[in-house]
Amino acid sequence: MTAGTGQNIRDRVAQFLKENRSDIERAWATTPVFTARRPADAAEECAELLTGLRHVIETGGEEDPSAGGLATVRPVLASLAARSAGGPSGSDRPDVTVLKGPLLRLWREQDLPEDIVHSGDLVLSNVLNTLRIALLEIELSAGTETILAQRAQLTELSTPVIKLWDGILAIPLIGTLDSTRGQIATESLLEQIVAQQARVAILDITGVTAVDTLVAQHLLKTAVAARLMGAECIISGIRPQIAQTMVQLGIDLGEVATRATLADAFGQALRVIGLTVCPDERGAG
Amino acid sequence: MTSVLTVQEVRINEEIDIVHVRQAVREVAVSIGFSLVEQTKLVTAASELARNTRVHGHGGEAKIDLEKADDGTTTLRLVFTDNGPGIADVELALTDGYSSAGGLGLGLSGARRLADEFDLRTAPGEGTTVSVGFRARKPARG
Ligand SMILES: Nc1ncnc2c1ncn2[C@@H]1O[C@H](COP(=O)(O)OP(=O)(O)OP(=O)(O)O)[C@@H](O)[C@H]1O
Ligand SMILES: [Mg+2]
Repeated sequence: MTAGTGQNIRDRVAQFLKENRSDIERAWATTPVFTARRPADAAEECAELLTGLRHVIETGGEEDPSAGGLATVRPVLASLAARSAGGPSGSDRPDVTVLKGPLLRLWREQDLPEDIVHSGDLVLSNVLNTLRIALLEIELSAGTETILAQRAQLTELSTPVIKLWDGILAIPLIGTLDSTRGQIATESLLEQIVAQQARVAILDITGVTAVDTLVAQHLLKTAVAARLMGAECIISGIRPQIAQTMVQLGIDLGEVATRATLADAFGQALRVIGLTVCPDERGAG
Repeated sequence: MTSVLTVQEVRINEEIDIVHVRQAVREVAVSIGFSLVEQTKLVTAASELARNTRVHGHGGEAKIDLEKADDGTTTLRLVFTDNGPGIADVELALTDGYSSAGGLGLGLSGARRLADEFDLRTAPGEGTTVSVGFRARKPARG
């Protein structure tokens, strides 16, 4: 324990926080941490935060981010963290260290002996540093969870291999195909080609937002691998804006057959396996 | 006089950062009214250059700028900077099909074709900066 954080100092600081509540809250409400909130919400959050921190100081938990004391301010922390979960750069994160300035100023304005002022400074600084660490922890765990959830979701989305007919498979590719997802899509398609003795595999890219060189390379590699396993590949669903961009990028799909839509590709696939679709004469009769 | 506004800066270290760059670029392109074709070109070029920054440049940064000229035209500029090994033979790197890493070798030259303006500054051991500009076809709002 740091010298000077005896219980009497804590009580002194807690008392100060209680007596100067409205001044502190008013000062805090004008900091960037709270100005993005509606005034009523800001006032409420300031009050909650202050009460919580006072409780932490009273119970001596001001140096421990995991201590139960901070639990009382969790809802406010969650609100702060949620607001900061915006852009990827995170540069607009409300930084709670700005709360320290006004707090210490008000504390020092009191007419107190020097050693008490110093000890109190320390307690107040510690509690705000702890608050900051707790906030960072919440943000980090929230960010990681989101990324993991999204990654799992996208990986799953990219892998369904659909059997359209005996010997005809289709794989609808969705979103952005980074290397992991492209790899998984290729692997599951090749597996199914073997398992189902498929003769045609349709790669449908209607749901792909951009085809860059990496995606194009995946498509080409998949087509070559499929051919080695005895299946012909058809790429369908190349939308106009993507076709135009691919041409300018210089991508040549070479010998890989392409069709505008999945339906066109299916028609072609049926021809490859020697089937024709014709009107049912009895029904049309 | 041209006024320049930096809209966003994105660090490029991990694979997921390339997705962040694409998303940020698309957002800005939409906000200034780029057509779907223009958005797709922009996002594709951004994807290529971001991946080069990560793979060949060993990580760096993307900056998205909006430039407003006196005649009212707006240019969306992407600047990719890294402190990697640099490029010794620029002409070779810009040749269609040349890749030192088993790629298609179309990223850099393709990005140059997709953009309205292209600028490459590099030297061995001094990193690489690639800048591409896309002009808005109609006056931007705001
Ligand atoms: N930022 C960079 N730093 C160093 N070298 C680079 C950088 N960008 C490109 N290069 C060099 O230029 C070459 C061509 O780049 P380009 O993007 O056209 O092809 P690639 O990245 O190898 O493959 P892909 O077609 O998938 O993009 C690269 O192989 C690399 O040697
Ligand atoms: Mg490249």
